[in-house]
Amino acid sequence: MTTLLASPIAMLPALVAEYVDFAATHFDELVVLTIQHALLAADTIAIAVPIAVTLGVATTYDDRAATVILWLAGIAMTIPSLALFGLLIPFLGIGSPPVIFALVLYSQLPVIRNTYVGLTKIDEATLSAGRGLGMTRRQRLRRIQLPIAMPVILAGVRNAVVIVIGVAAVGAYVGADGLGEYIFEGIRTGNTTMIVVATIAVSLLALAVDYTFGVVEQYLRLRNGETIDQALGTRFLTTLLSVRNTHQ
Amino acid sequence: MAGVSTTVLEGIRYLVANSDQALGLLVQHLKLVLVSELAAIAIAVPLGVLAVRYERAREPIMAAGNVAQTIPSLAVIALMFPILGLGFRPAVVALFVYALLPILTNTIAGIDGIEQSTLDAARGMGMTDNELLVRIQLPIAFPVIFAGIRTSTVINVGTAYLAFFIGAGGLGRWVISGIDLFDMSQVFAGALVGAVLAITLDLALAGIERQLRSDSGGQTAAV
Amino acid sequence: MIEFDSVTKVYPDGTTAIEDISFTVEEGTTTVLVGPSGCGKTTTMRLVNRLEEPTDGAVYFDGENTRSVDEIELRRNIGYVIQEIGLFDHMTVGENIATVPELKGWDEARIDDRIDELLELMALPREFRDQYPTELSGGQRQRVGVARALAADPDVLLMDEPFGALDPITRDDLQDEFLAIQDRINTTIIFVTHSINEALKMGDKIAIFDVGEIVQYDTPHEILANPATEFVEDFIGENRLLKQLSITPVSDVMDPVEAHADQFDDVGGTAAAADGGERLSDPPSPSTDLRSSFITLLEADRSMSPVVEDGEVVGVITESGIRSHFRDGTEGA
Ligand SMILES: Nc1ncnc2c1ncn2[C@@H]1O[C@H](COP(=O)(O)OP(=O)(O)O)[C@@H](O)[C@H]1O
Ligand SMILES: [Mg+2]
Repeated sequence: MTTLLASPIAMLPALVAEYVDFAATHFDELVVLTIQHALLAADTIAIAVPIAVTLGVATTYDDRAATVILWLAGIAMTIPSLALFGLLIPFLGIGSPPVIFALVLYSQLPVIRNTYVGLTKIDEATLSAGRGLGMTRRQRLRRIQLPIAMPVILAGVRNAVVIVIGVAAVGAYVGADGLGEYIFEGIRTGNTTMIVVATIAVSLLALAVDYTFGVVEQYLRLRNGETIDQALGTRFLTTLLSVRNTHQ
Repeated sequence: MAGVSTTVLEGIRYLVANSDQALGLLVQHLKLVLVSELAAIAIAVPLGVLAVRYERAREPIMAAGNVAQTIPSLAVIALMFPILGLGFRPAVVALFVYALLPILTNTIAGIDGIEQSTLDAARGMGMTDNELLVRIQLPIAFPVIFAGIRTSTVINVGTAYLAFFIGAGGLGRWVISGIDLFDMSQVFAGALVGAVLAITLDLALAGIERQLRSDSGGQTAAV
Repeated sequence: MIEFDSVTKVYPDGTTAIEDISFTVEEGTTTVLVGPSGCGKTTTMRLVNRLEEPTDGAVYFDGENTRSVDEIELRRNIGYVIQEIGLFDHMTVGENIATVPELKGWDEARIDDRIDELLELMALPREFRDQYPTELSGGQRQRVGVARALAADPDVLLMDEPFGALDPITRDDLQDEFLAIQDRINTTIIFVTHSINEALKMGDKIAIFDVGEIVQYDTPHEILANPATEFVEDFIGENRLLKQLSITPVSDVMDPVEAHADQFDDVGGTAAAADGGERLSDPPSPSTDLRSSFITLLEADRSMSPVVEDGEVVGVITESGIRSHFRDGTEGA
């Protein structure tokens, strides 16, 4: 392993130059693939989140339904992505449709689970205050529960997006758009530079989206008056909010 | 729906007709999963302990773990190709990296979740850091750590399908060649064996956990 | 045995838990730290076994600064019953009790005997050995906590509100039992409580804490007779005299038998009724407290009673004797 590792590390400067060179010459294509990848993820999330939140709300009404739904969503997570894509081809054809379908399935568990947790952890006192104000169950859900649960639900969405971006790369094998195309082409043709640049690009995309969602999540928590870890860009947000508050 | 049942039936027929090959792929797959998982346990549990013990190590360890998990599994596997080449070893390294985080986070959460009063009592009676770890922290965190190992193992079985792309064999072979040849019975057969493997490993781990817990219970009775 | 010399403890967050505290705990005695919640009792206790280090000043154990003693060694020789009990739920009762002896490397047979001995001392059935703490009641868990702290025969026993979470009846029973155990084990004990009644009952010496400082450090009698400040007076609360009676043994007030020889038909008899009242079926002993002896006299409608120990009359307790003790006590205040 050391000998294998030693060679690329010794050659690192040359390799980096090669990667930069590749990225520069294929810049337009990389941008297009990245955007396609992001759009595929966005489509998936746009379909998946309303379904998952609805299911999540439904789980809070009935404990038995909660068990069954969470169990099914858990089972879905364990189906190997590649196999699921393949098995969907006869029904949905080749390309993005089977991939989006599978990804919607994979996004369910984190979002349902967090919706359930977010809605049920709310203080009973807050809810009875809502009842005292004469709110109906539906009004309580919209005006009290969902806003309070928002950061937790968003954390679930964040989790789902990261999964979706990762698994979408595999989807390229059945013809979906995105950076996975470069990875598979690199593997097929033995073009290591292509593999490295594409994996870096897809990793950066995942990390950037994760980071952005993290910041938004922390912002929502701050707005709910929760105290949070001083990590991420939240030191910035905290100062921003405190400056705004002191000026009000 | 007719299509579904045809695929299922054809898949099972394919599996029965090629049971020898299935066994070979299953063994390859199992080896990938077991070796990488054991390595992940051996590294993640001590790392989690370090993170809990040294406040300063915690952030970098968690950050590294989170990044490792955010990077897509296909990217981790594909990256091994330029670094370590093709075959079993690079695949194991990639799966190992990917298996770390669930064990790591659960180790940290499990130890963090121990009540302060329990730790106070233990320290108050003069336990050293290592005695505290062995007698109190690890035994109490054990179920949580083990849950992390189970999650990690089930995910690992799924990720290991991708190992075929870098020449490590395994059940990915049937799935991938099935897609290439548009042979759904082969895809289904490959997925089915993996599902059975995941369920079996999960149940086996549950059994091991029960065994370990009752074993330690047995020892206590003998004190 | 344990000496606090101008000890101040400031926590990293800036909270000053105790400030400039000095007192000495004598060997073989029970010293109670009492005061309202948050006044620094737990902190004081944790400074003894170095779970906290003083910010200023020093704690001495047998004349040695605890800072110069290995903390692990120190803790293994100090039993600690923490406020929340902190039993190890993943270990059986027997294993819990065996913890410190095991850490100290005792051999198995000795540990085995010791577990049985402690279960018996704490009035716990032998079968509990192999049960898990979660199966026990609050009072039983507390007993196990004390047994665990006593396991390796510590020089000092620290008890942080050990009976705090128990219902009043269980608490009272455990207090009485523990007083008896205390006589047998003869260990130096530091006992924390927020209840003045518990302090008066359990302590040879009592340190009364106001926020972060000791406002009076004295014997229970002295504290009741002469509260040092208004805070102490308030803290003692109402019925000071009654409390005083409850903690004074008959032996402190009884007259010698000879002083009343003419009043008894039969000096050797255990329940002579020379003053015309009823016969006493259960006359006080020297260790009985004055409060219950006084009630005994009132109930029997008598003005005096023999004090009996092991079937022998060893003294005479009189209503006037109690009255004058009462008076002396209040005059000091
Ligand atoms: N670890 C700690 N960090 C900061 N402050 C503490 C800590 N422990 C106790 N305190 C504070 O020190 C003061 C005394 O606490 P403590 O000794 O626990 O009081 P008591 O046992 O008399 O209730 C309180 O104000 C408490 O909030
Ligand atoms: Mg306390």
